[in-house]
Amino acid sequence: MADVVIELKGLTKIYGTQPAVDHLDLEIKRGEVFGLLGPNGAGKTTTILMILGLVEPTEGEVKVLGINSTREPLKVKKWVGYLPEDVGFYEDMTGLENLKLTAALNGMEEKEAVKAAEELLEKVGLGEAKDKKVGAYSRGMRQRLGLADALIKKPQIVILDEPTLGLDPEGMKEFLELIKNLSREGGMTVLLSSHHLHQVQEICDRVGIFVKGKLIAKGTVSELAKELFSTELYTFEVAVNPMEDDLISKLMSVEGVKKVEKEGKAFIVHAEKDVSAEVAKTVVKEGYNLVRLMPKSYGLDDIYHRYFEGVQ
Amino acid sequence: MRHSLRVLIKKEIADHIHSWRFNILLALIFLTALASIYTAGMAIRDAVSKADTPLGDLYLFLKVFTVSDGRLPSFITFVGFLAPLLGIGMAFDAINGEINRRTLVRLIAQPIYRDDVILSKWIAALLVITVFFLALGFFVMGLAILFFGIPPTFEEVMRIIVFLLATALYVGVWLSLGILFSIYFRQPATSLLASIAVWLFFALFYDMIVNILVPIDTEGPAQIVFRQMQIHQYLLRISPTTLYQEVVTTLLSPNVRSLGPLTVAQVVGAIPTPLSFDQSLLLIWPQIAGLVALSVFLFAISFTLFMRQDIRH
Repeated sequence: MADVVIELKGLTKIYGTQPAVDHLDLEIKRGEVFGLLGPNGAGKTTTILMILGLVEPTEGEVKVLGINSTREPLKVKKWVGYLPEDVGFYEDMTGLENLKLTAALNGMEEKEAVKAAEELLEKVGLGEAKDKKVGAYSRGMRQRLGLADALIKKPQIVILDEPTLGLDPEGMKEFLELIKNLSREGGMTVLLSSHHLHQVQEICDRVGIFVKGKLIAKGTVSELAKELFSTELYTFEVAVNPMEDDLISKLMSVEGVKKVEKEGKAFIVHAEKDVSAEVAKTVVKEGYNLVRLMPKSYGLDDIYHRYFEGVQ
Repeated sequence: MRHSLRVLIKKEIADHIHSWRFNILLALIFLTALASIYTAGMAIRDAVSKADTPLGDLYLFLKVFTVSDGRLPSFITFVGFLAPLLGIGMAFDAINGEINRRTLVRLIAQPIYRDDVILSKWIAALLVITVFFLALGFFVMGLAILFFGIPPTFEEVMRIIVFLLATALYVGVWLSLGILFSIYFRQPATSLLASIAVWLFFALFYDMIVNILVPIDTEGPAQIVFRQMQIHQYLLRISPTTLYQEVVTTLLSPNVRSLGPLTVAQVVGAIPTPLSFDQSLLLIWPQIAGLVALSVFLFAISFTLFMRQDIRH
């Protein structure tokens, strides 16, 4: 059995009458990168704060490294590094000083703290800016400093809340690369939340889709796709000229086609097998001009939308 | 002391010392203190000639802090007026500032108790204030010795030190209020205005309101006048400003023998001598306890609010 480092059992948080997190069960194993995926207001941050013991659950239990977060938050916080959403620093202190403060609060000696801080700053690419005041840092630099801040206590688990929010595409890519490397090198468990699909897809071993306080699916990205779209593994978008509804029945008669829908200026053909050649033939035979025929693949975007459709 | 608390106090002290706001407040108080010492110097010559006893004034040195020539208020008036501002200025954004700068979440995600955050704010500010007032007081004493050539007696030095500590305590009350408002209100501007409103209320309006509520009819029977005065005084003593003023008066004007009304029977036969230091201390003990109680009470409310406050709001 793999080592479970974060264990949520029936975790519930109710604000007023509205459940922000609703009976959440989740296990995260040592060394994995888990992506908590969901729209804004789905309860991702609340869940994270409960894992850290900063918010008390209404019901249920959180165990981190076997320690109950609600009862012994101090022990948990010793081993968990946290990068909050939209992280803030003391602006009139330098990057190094900010890290030294965090290190001191974790009981590190001054010398050890400076050494660790300088190493980390180098690693996140802030080696040259370490003596600049944080007030002069750009958004990307702050975010990287935030990562260093989460790592300075030498945690076993790192929790990153919307780590790429507000970064430009290039910065985002670099940042994710950084997280990936750190988790590989250090064997750290990473839990990251995001509403941004692609980044999660790229670096996460497993993802959980979180909507309105409920985890509605979890697994690897390909597992999720298979589970969702198992009945319709092949889907094609067919654009023809002229667009006439007559064609629908013709396409339906192609062997293997299960359903044809009109969507905007194209037909969507759902099939059990690869029917692209037959579809093309049929279109041409019937005297239409084939403008475009392309297979649709399912990425996280589609998974995401599919789930949200189900919920709304 | 816990390690994390010490780290936080150190950080808070550094923050205060480096902040523009604190330094401006210090400069303001320092300059007004200097100005008041200057006027005291002008007035002190008159004070000597108008000595209370045939032998000359017994507590001449204390007059440096209390007299003025009428053009500028005295040292204690200035300090009493500005000290609350200092306390409010240091504390009004203690917690909501950290929330708005988004540093609070990061701070309490470290393995520290939540109490340490608020406790460090309070202790650090009080330490800085105490050091500042002691320094200011000693500086003024030094100037007075230099300019007027009157050395203080040991008792006078003790009185001044207790006065300075009491001033720090008085600031502590306003500090607690500032911290409370900084937790209760999300916006620093709101908590600042609310704190200033409370300060102005006690500094300017409270006396008036008490006078309206319990008018003293001096023409009435002695029994009733006495009763009215008592109620009047009890009400006034809810205000930290009154408590502080009584402390200062007793400490720096040893001739004040009582803070309440005295009947003729009590005065008959009394020898008009100044109170000794320990007697003065005894007289202000309730006031000091009141000030401590007020700041602890306000701090306790802040503490409860802060511990219950959801970190997301």
